[in-house]
Amino acid sequence: MAQVRVTVDGVEYADDVEPRMLLVYYLRERLGKTGTVVGCDTSNCGACTVHLNGRSVKSCSVLAVQADGGEVLTIEGLARDGELHPVQKAFNECHALQCGYCTPGMIMAAVDLLGDNPDPDEQEVREGIEGNLCRCTGYQNIVRAVQSAAKAMQPGAERPAEAPAPVAGGN
Amino acid sequence: MTTTAEPTARELGRARIRKEDARLITGRTRWTDNITLNGMLHIAMVRSPVAHARITGINVDAAKQLTGVVAVYSGTDLDAEQSAIPCAWPINAEATPPRHVSIAVDTVRFAGEIVAVVVARDAATAKDATELVEVDYDDLPPVLDMEEALGDATVIHPDFGSNKWVTFPFDSVAAGATTGPTADEAIAAAEADPDSIVVKRRWRQQRLIPAFMEPRSVVVDPTGEQLTMWSSTQVPHVLRTMLGVSLGLPEHKLRVIAPDVGGGFGGKLQVTPEEILSTLVARRMAKPVKWTETRSESMLSGHHGRDQIQDVTVAAKRDGTVTALKIELTADMGAYFGLFTPAVPVFGAFIGPAIYKFPSYAFVCTDVFTNKTPTDAYRGAGRPEATFAVERIMEELATELGRDPLELREQNWIKNTEFPFTNAGGLTYDSGNYEAATEKATALFDYAGLRREQEERRRSNDPVQLGIGVSVFTEMCGLAPSRLLGALGAGAGGWEHAAIRMLPTGKVEVVTGSSAHGQGHETAWSQIVADRLGVPFEDVEVLHGDTQVSPKGMDTYGSRSLPVGGTAVVKCADRVIEKATKVAAHLLEAAEGDIEFQAGRFSVKGTDKGVSIQEVVFATFLSHNFPEGIEPSLDSEYTFDPENFSFPHGTHLAAMEVDTETGRVSIRKYVCVDDVGSVVNPLIVEGQVHGGLAQGIAQALFEEANYDEQGTLVNGTFVDYTLPSAADLPSFTTDRTETPATSNPLGVKGVGEAGTIASTPAIVNGVLDAIRHLGVKQVEMPCTAQRVWRAIQDAQGGAK
Repeated sequence: MAQVRVTVDGVEYADDVEPRMLLVYYLRERLGKTGTVVGCDTSNCGACTVHLNGRSVKSCSVLAVQADGGEVLTIEGLARDGELHPVQKAFNECHALQCGYCTPGMIMAAVDLLGDNPDPDEQEVREGIEGNLCRCTGYQNIVRAVQSAAKAMQPGAERPAEAPAPVAGGN
Repeated sequence: MTTTAEPTARELGRARIRKEDARLITGRTRWTDNITLNGMLHIAMVRSPVAHARITGINVDAAKQLTGVVAVYSGTDLDAEQSAIPCAWPINAEATPPRHVSIAVDTVRFAGEIVAVVVARDAATAKDATELVEVDYDDLPPVLDMEEALGDATVIHPDFGSNKWVTFPFDSVAAGATTGPTADEAIAAAEADPDSIVVKRRWRQQRLIPAFMEPRSVVVDPTGEQLTMWSSTQVPHVLRTMLGVSLGLPEHKLRVIAPDVGGGFGGKLQVTPEEILSTLVARRMAKPVKWTETRSESMLSGHHGRDQIQDVTVAAKRDGTVTALKIELTADMGAYFGLFTPAVPVFGAFIGPAIYKFPSYAFVCTDVFTNKTPTDAYRGAGRPEATFAVERIMEELATELGRDPLELREQNWIKNTEFPFTNAGGLTYDSGNYEAATEKATALFDYAGLRREQEERRRSNDPVQLGIGVSVFTEMCGLAPSRLLGALGAGAGGWEHAAIRMLPTGKVEVVTGSSAHGQGHETAWSQIVADRLGVPFEDVEVLHGDTQVSPKGMDTYGSRSLPVGGTAVVKCADRVIEKATKVAAHLLEAAEGDIEFQAGRFSVKGTDKGVSIQEVVFATFLSHNFPEGIEPSLDSEYTFDPENFSFPHGTHLAAMEVDTETGRVSIRKYVCVDDVGSVVNPLIVEGQVHGGLAQGIAQALFEEANYDEQGTLVNGTFVDYTLPSAADLPSFTTDRTETPATSNPLGVKGVGEAGTIASTPAIVNGVLDAIRHLGVKQVEMPCTAQRVWRAIQDAQGGAK
């Protein structure tokens, strides 16, 4: 067993885990953070995407022990004080999800993408999220949602310009 | 009593953003794998790595000794209880399907078949222990090629005696759908007639994997009075009945719950070995159990789709008028039958004539067993195959005759003024307007402009050539009139159920037998009920997917939810109004015939006297002042059996660019104008079209399940089964025409499968149109760069 100390969605945890335990199973099975899901076993689908220390990672390809001392943000901690993140809001408004299974990972990947590139064109969005697979939407409305969120997050737009800090207090 | 808001403007046709998103975008989801119960044990399956073999020994001792392992079972241990996986539609009433076991007993018939079940206290230990189970196999020759299988050199099911299941024939003359010569006679006559032409082609519908995003998962809780199963399934109601029938469990002691389900596309329209085995293990252990598959397991063992050889023949006069169509299919069933396996290719039989006025038509399908994963429904189920056959052969006919493909289609299609029209497959299309959809599509596409550009690129010998792909499709969906299903030998009806409960505070619960897994029923059904009852959209809650909450249903597949389940909701709402009218008349002291209902209000004709529906509901709840002889409840139920299928149609146009030097194919522009009748929610409709297109395009360009010579699936992961990513697809231009269906009160047609059905031939026609002038006659799907490059090289007599 190895010890891991990690802050997840603003809450600190300390746990003994098997060294081989993947971060995604630590989140789901130990912390009950079932908003983050597993879609494949080859790190292709991105359904398990979370933020580790402010950057998106596929939590199926990170060991829980690698997150030791780090800060993890999952889909469950993205909304602040009951207010949805602009990317969450845009996914809803643009009908960017159907079954919703890829959605948590897709949203977390999109938030990270917009951190790097606050005003991506269509091709940049398509390439930016190509590590996240969706079988329902054909991606068109996902692209639209990411671009719509980018607009809403521009300085001077009605919505807050910055993504919430990674160590959010949850809700 | 409470009324939260005035009913809003007309709900039907409104682009409501979805209710169900709230939990899905915040992670408050209830996937089956999220469920944890006290004392729950975990199951992992040991699967055969070989395609065809006798099992000569299984040693589970080492696995049993691993700390945390509770039990290990082989097929022998469970055979007395496992019964067989049901086939609800064997097509041929005289033949008995081979027994489909959940766990192999003495023989394995496809790689991925379960040979042992490990039960442990946690999932990782169960998985570890599968590695310790030793199985001895005595290899048998794998039967992998459909046509070779028909030679019966090795028979997969010796009890059955042949690898050929049955041949399903349809002949339009014998069926009474056409008079005059049969298709065979018309084709023979055309061959002898210099003024006629016969075009015959062979195509392959490759094997596909549904690849829903949520891996399948089952939790079974045997404690308590009922045995409760949570399953990532499209069909909780069918599953409950089938579990009862198959395992001999009393149906009233079974509860099946489909919680949030992450996609299906037909892939979760099944009663699975894992559901059966989880039930058997839970019963033995008297403890809850969970099984969740890995993606690789899913690709290997969840049913596959398509996999047909198509021999298609069309006969026509030299002026382009078609005289006969014949479709001959050889269809790969895989090793066993699932719920609908043999029925899937047969769905295509009736829609084969598509939008055209074929005076004669024949269809014959030969079902074949192979040592591969069973096939079954995958988005479109039979209709994509039929549509590919007819839209590809019409393209070939146009090419042979030197005609514009759209013009040739129009010459032969059913005109708007000719509906209702009975096609040569015996289906009566209630409505359609192919002219309107095509006119809109060609304008959006700039058909004439792109044809000019194509000419210019050919003239200039541009290394990147342009092709225009056409597909003008119709399909049959909204499964289905029960008596028709009965006539075709199905083991179930095609109705759907709805119930409406009027709560004392004026809120409404709608219970539906449809079982959504991404389609947006919670939003669309709320719109229907809000519109019909005149209550606020927000006041309606839609309940589904749990046989205790929604005891009756036929679930979601075949683009049936709205035309069948939605109609049940409408009729049910009308029952509520009928009951409430009597109460309103009493409250208003007026004759029932003088009451009119509009926008949530009952009023006395010609007066300003009236009561709201919420007031009527509350008065019913109190029942203090209630008309005599009337039941004090407005709650209603309705079971709707459709009188006909619905027939969406549309015109899809694809501008395909092919780099003749590398074979790389890209979609320059994709325009589709679909007619799905009246629309409840245009946002949801558009989303369904987008997703459908992506899957149809994926068949044309990207996906294929490949087996090696030993019968091993060689690309059973997301690394190499190349599901398209966002970077692989363009944005589509989608639009609609609205020709209401006359077969249901909403005027709606199904939309879930249309995009998939239409797009595959549009893309392939476009690829060929770009390179046909180089001598290329055919490129098999998926049209990868390598295949396209090879086809060009072969046609040009170039590099080998």
